[in-house]
Amino acid sequence: MTKNMIMGGLAVFVLAVLSPFWFNMVTTTQAAPEPELLGPAKEARKCVLDKYDMRANHMSLLDEWRDAVVRDADRIYVAANGKSFNMSLSTGENSCLGCHADKAKFCDSCHTYTSVDPYCWECHTNPKEIE
Amino acid sequence: MMEKSRRSFLKVAGIAAIGLGAAPAMNFAASDSQGSAAAVKAKNPDALHAERWGMVILVKKINDKIAKQITHACHTQHNVPDFTHEVDTQKFPDTRPVNHNQEIKWIWKEKFHYAFPDKEDEFLNEKFHHLPFMVLCNHCKNAPCVQACPTRATFSREDGIVIMDYHRCIGCRFCMAACPYGSRSFNFRDPQPFIAETDPDFPTRSKGVVEKCNLCAERLAKGEQPHCVEAAEGAIVVGDLEDPASEIRKLLRENYSIRRKQSLGTEPSVYYIV
Ligand code: SF4
Ligand code: SF4
Repeated sequence: MTKNMIMGGLAVFVLAVLSPFWFNMVTTTQAAPEPELLGPAKEARKCVLDKYDMRANHMSLLDEWRDAVVRDADRIYVAANGKSFNMSLSTGENSCLGCHADKAKFCDSCHTYTSVDPYCWECHTNPKEIE
Repeated sequence: MMEKSRRSFLKVAGIAAIGLGAAPAMNFAASDSQGSAAAVKAKNPDALHAERWGMVILVKKINDKIAKQITHACHTQHNVPDFTHEVDTQKFPDTRPVNHNQEIKWIWKEKFHYAFPDKEDEFLNEKFHHLPFMVLCNHCKNAPCVQACPTRATFSREDGIVIMDYHRCIGCRFCMAACPYGSRSFNFRDPQPFIAETDPDFPTRSKGVVEKCNLCAERLAKGEQPHCVEAAEGAIVVGDLEDPASEIRKLLRENYSIRRKQSLGTEPSVYYIV
């Protein structure tokens, strides 16, 4: 085997392995939507966790909150940044949706983009939708 | 020479690989411990506390109008569906026709001989047959529903409230079979079309879960009295059964009271003064 054959083979291999990236580069993909901060959240700019932690871990946080609220009757969350929140997804001013006024632009835009369909909203009614 | 350098290269590479693999885990552990050390979960300072919550119902103070008021207050504010409600077909176009035998109830009026079958008597004072007995979950001290639930969706809270985590309910209905009082209802269908006006302060339930009275845990947590107490015009009192100075203990000291199916040993926390 010649050196050229080996190098050629390697080049083909690398191209093939990285094909998903090439594919994404040539086809146009929709950019990930930025969650929009609207309502009181726009001014507050201080959430329960910092931005990146929130993006990655909000579902675990909600899970923890649910146990705290139903099992231990603890309903106030004093965050690491010193602000306190009502541990509730949708009830009251100081809950997630109380602050993030627009569920469609805050929750749904990313959930739709990433094809996740959380069943939170089957029971936790968006206060804006009721009216 | 060749041999040796390859060996040392592999060693260094191996150690580096361990380092790379461990870094995210260590970062995660560090951020996690820091996060939970700083953030605190706490109770609302106004929250009402009890060692064991209980309820006293003064049956003589309840008439049909007050009974209706009580059920209405509880059911509307907890988004309990009403299957006689006319469905808004624009909002819920695919709703199947209603089976009117279905009911979901948290607190309702019951006749004496259904509420207290073991106290039925051939020569029972006639008035008992006409008194409206409000029945609800008894928040039993030895709750059979809690023992039956395979997922711990139903559990006894430290303060005696028997409460549900609807997220965990798998709809097996073991709890309904276990409860000797029929205090629990099952959502055979999506309840939302049958809620006249959804109260945004309380979640609804979904198809396939059981539901029942939660002693207004969400109100006690804010320092407020349960909805039924507010609607009952003084006929329902809640308080701490373990506190000898509490109002309900005073009522129980001064009056003769009965509990439902006491002989079963479930130790209900709801008392009736007749
Ligand atoms: S009344 Fe029924 S549902 Fe309520 S705690 Fe007792 S057994 Fe459980
Ligand atoms: S129906 Fe739900 S609450 Fe009842 S026993 Fe089954 S899982 Fe538990």
